[in-house]
Amino acid sequence: MKTVPLCLITIITETILKDRVVHLVRDAGSHGYTITDAQGEGSRQRRVGEIFGDNIRFETIVSPEVADKILQVLATDYFDRYAVIAYLSTVNVIRGEKYV
Amino acid sequence: MFDILKINLCSPLTLAFALGVFARLVRSELSLPRDLYTSLSIYLLFALGLKGGVELSHSSIAAISGPAAVTVLLGVITPITSYLVLRRLGRFSIADSAGIAAHYGSVSAVTFIASQQFVTQAGSPAEGFMPTLLTLLEIPGIQIALAIGAFQLRNESMKTEGGGTSASKQSTRELLHELLTSRSMMLLVGGLIIGVSVGDQGWKAVQPVFEGLFKGLLTLFLLEMGLAAGARLGDLRKTGLFLLGFGIVMPILHGSLGAYLGSLAGLSVGGCTVLATMAASASYIAAPPAVRMTLPEANPTYYLTAALAITFPFNLLFGIPIYYAISQAICL
Repeated sequence: MKTVPLCLITIITETILKDRVVHLVRDAGSHGYTITDAQGEGSRQRRVGEIFGDNIRFETIVSPEVADKILQVLATDYFDRYAVIAYLSTVNVIRGEKYV
Repeated sequence: MFDILKINLCSPLTLAFALGVFARLVRSELSLPRDLYTSLSIYLLFALGLKGGVELSHSSIAAISGPAAVTVLLGVITPITSYLVLRRLGRFSIADSAGIAAHYGSVSAVTFIASQQFVTQAGSPAEGFMPTLLTLLEIPGIQIALAIGAFQLRNESMKTEGGGTSASKQSTRELLHELLTSRSMMLLVGGLIIGVSVGDQGWKAVQPVFEGLFKGLLTLFLLEMGLAAGARLGDLRKTGLFLLGFGIVMPILHGSLGAYLGSLAGLSVGGCTVLATMAASASYIAAPPAVRMTLPEANPTYYLTAALAITFPFNLLFGIPIYYAISQAICL
């Protein structure tokens, strides 16, 4: 089966930023995303939403250009102030046109 | 005084809270499922709103207007005094001072409920419209403290780099929307409106669930609060002595002011105690996300530890009986 290489962006961040991250990736041009609850601790340790749920894991498959845009916004507006990590990986998908 | 302290310390609510703290201290595996915590908080807030609404339908506007006015006044004063004390005396940063002040300006619904239970137990129940006052106090305190923080930070950054921070970019509208549509506001205000509309007749139908089970479920919730507070006790070492003192002295000052203003507005001893407790309590449900979003520079360890590990246990164990004694002295 013919597959297309695309970027999978994974963002792990504080639960309270959920709506903002959704806006961010939508504005950058993503067509869909998946959010799951995540637990863990990083360099900033305590989370505000501790009683309610700590982190979310946000995933979206996009073109390299959109991926770049998303990382750019994260780097300028979020990395300094909030607990956020983000990484890119290449994934091979069928129906590549669905994601770009 | 000793007697009322004893009544309070031996109530199932306080003991369940103590059990929660103890379980954390001995590193027990005990923990409540997260969904249960959410369900219990929904139940408690909605029950509080409903019951308050039914009681409100018996009150006249004239009886409420005085107490409502002093409640709003308290909502304006408490975040400002908190900010000034933290910034001037405690030498906290602007963001940390404003962040902590937002918590002390707002109100803790669970502490409110505990004080209501206490005054009922002590034989001088509070006025039925108190939950309405609770909704009035929840939002202005957070808003004012965050506005002070954003304003001061903007001034600072104009001096140093000539531009605004991203904290000030957050639109007030977005924040206000979040606060007004938050879970606790929806349940409290929605419950009040439903309670007023259905009156006694409608209340009877749901009373077994919303009143009959109330104390038991509240006890379970306080067990969870004990676990949450116990988990934060270790952070006391990081926050320092000043914040420990602040978390105890500030509630007593705000509580005394609340009791005094309550008596001026004509509230009973029970009403004054509950209003004092509202002024003295610090929010740990509505305020933390609002502060985290708007003032990310503020350190969550400070505001969460102060509100949850210092002020909440203090009010629950000692504060409420103290405010009761103060109210008795003022109202006599």
